[in-house]
Amino acid sequence: MICQDCHQNSATVHLTQVINGHKTEIHVCESCAKEKGYVSEEEEPYSLHNLLSGLFHFDTSAMEKNSSNQTKLNKELTCSKCGLTYKEFTQVGKFGCASCYQTFGDNLNPIFRRVHSGNTTHEGKVPRRIGSDIYQRKKLTDLKRTLQQLITDEAFEEAAKVRDEIKSLERDLNQDGEGEA
Amino acid sequence: MGLEQFINEAISPWLKQDGPDSDIVMSSRIRLARNIEQIPFPIVASQDELEGVLHFVQNHFNHQSFEHYKNLEFVQINELTTTEKQVLVEKHLISPHLANKSNDGAALISKSEQLSIMINEEDHVRMQLYFPGLQLEKALEEAFQIDDWLEEKLDYAFDEHRGYLTSCPTNVGTGMRASVMMHLPALSMTQKMNQMIPAINQLGLVVRGIYGEGSEALGNIFQISNQITLGRSEQDIIENLKSVVQKLIEQERHARAVLMDQSELALEDKVYRSYGVLERSRIIESKETATCLSDVQLGIDLGIITNISKSILNELMVLTQPAFLQQYAGKTLAPQERDVFRASLIRERLTLEQKEEF
Ligand SMILES: [Zn+2]
Ligand SMILES: [Zn+2]
Repeated sequence: MICQDCHQNSATVHLTQVINGHKTEIHVCESCAKEKGYVSEEEEPYSLHNLLSGLFHFDTSAMEKNSSNQTKLNKELTCSKCGLTYKEFTQVGKFGCASCYQTFGDNLNPIFRRVHSGNTTHEGKVPRRIGSDIYQRKKLTDLKRTLQQLITDEAFEEAAKVRDEIKSLERDLNQDGEGEA
Repeated sequence: MGLEQFINEAISPWLKQDGPDSDIVMSSRIRLARNIEQIPFPIVASQDELEGVLHFVQNHFNHQSFEHYKNLEFVQINELTTTEKQVLVEKHLISPHLANKSNDGAALISKSEQLSIMINEEDHVRMQLYFPGLQLEKALEEAFQIDDWLEEKLDYAFDEHRGYLTSCPTNVGTGMRASVMMHLPALSMTQKMNQMIPAINQLGLVVRGIYGEGSEALGNIFQISNQITLGRSEQDIIENLKSVVQKLIEQERHARAVLMDQSELALEDKVYRSYGVLERSRIIESKETATCLSDVQLGIDLGIITNISKSILNELMVLTQPAFLQQYAGKTLAPQERDVFRASLIRERLTLEQKEEF
């Protein structure tokens, strides 16, 4: 297979990108992949450079059309912790610190959707120590869902057990909260 | 230093072990990216902040052991020579980014060299764990344990909604990149690999030829890894990767059997010619080396060649890289000189096999 960009080298980097909801195949050689930003020098599948500049153009055209305040605000968004602006982020393709995520908030959703095949929310591991609260809360949500189902199914005996479990979990969570305050 | 001793010290101990399906899967790797709360990511952090991270890690983890990962050694990158750095890159213990671009980079490396924890790379912490053969679940299980152990001392930057926060949006969520290195000579020879790649990509996986300075997949060695890190659990990601890898193993085995069945003599000829080149040449480039090594490895796996150890491809792909050759030569080598040294190292290495044989 020949590189679709330079038509000279053989294509050694293969991936798909979701562009406007369509999966597009990309087959390029290592050097074109690096040049176009599909892969960085390390082992990242592709850098965000192209994706972000694409989004950025989209933003500009949207602003030209209706020059909504919202878009203007996005442009001026600045992380109070590290000083990175949203505009800089779209140019560099990297965050400066953990607070950037909070600062740029929902503006990041289209980017994440594009990079992570439509996903915006974490589904995996939660840190054991600092995340124990989150872990418990997740468990609580799951239990409440189970309880609803059990009630619908009229499995009242089991539902009572789950209700007890929920109560004790809620007690634990409240105590933790007080302890920290 | 004799070649035997040099090789013994050069090859990571875990690489010499056999793993499940290791005739096709050279290694499995899990990499987790983590950052420390309250400290800006390395691209933005000040020198003081980065040194703070470095010293904290050194004080808490240098010479520590976790389970069978004994005696983590803290290696500060700016204290190494260019060749020493490059050797660590060629052994896949550190990334080119850490070797060349990080100001206050370091790595904690376990004695078996199975575990390496890079500090102040693109993220504060990047842990990578290798296993021989196809062992993704085992690698994930142990990576999680090591992650928990590190987290006892480090406050990770984590968000309930977005997961582990990383410098690059391509890593956010699980922060995990799982990858498998595969030797697929029969699928490459029969042009089947090219046909299969788009289907693999459709499943959210990236296929890359690794090795080689320019643009080719040298030695028919491919790396398959996950593209998506957000919105799927680590277990799901690994399950997806594993099922694709298993399909590829099946296909490769089938293609090998067909080759043996339909063109055994031609295959034998190819294998022995490559063996001859490795055994006899006086000047050899890395590209030809990789091609010949791949043929010889296939010959070993199919029982055509019986007097060479099974780990030859894994071993010589690493040992014939530029920095290793220079370390072996004990001096800096120009590219043409490397080709001469490469040929002589391979010849000597193969002679070693014959000595063991008799
Ligand atoms: Zn190209
Ligand atoms: Zn920030």
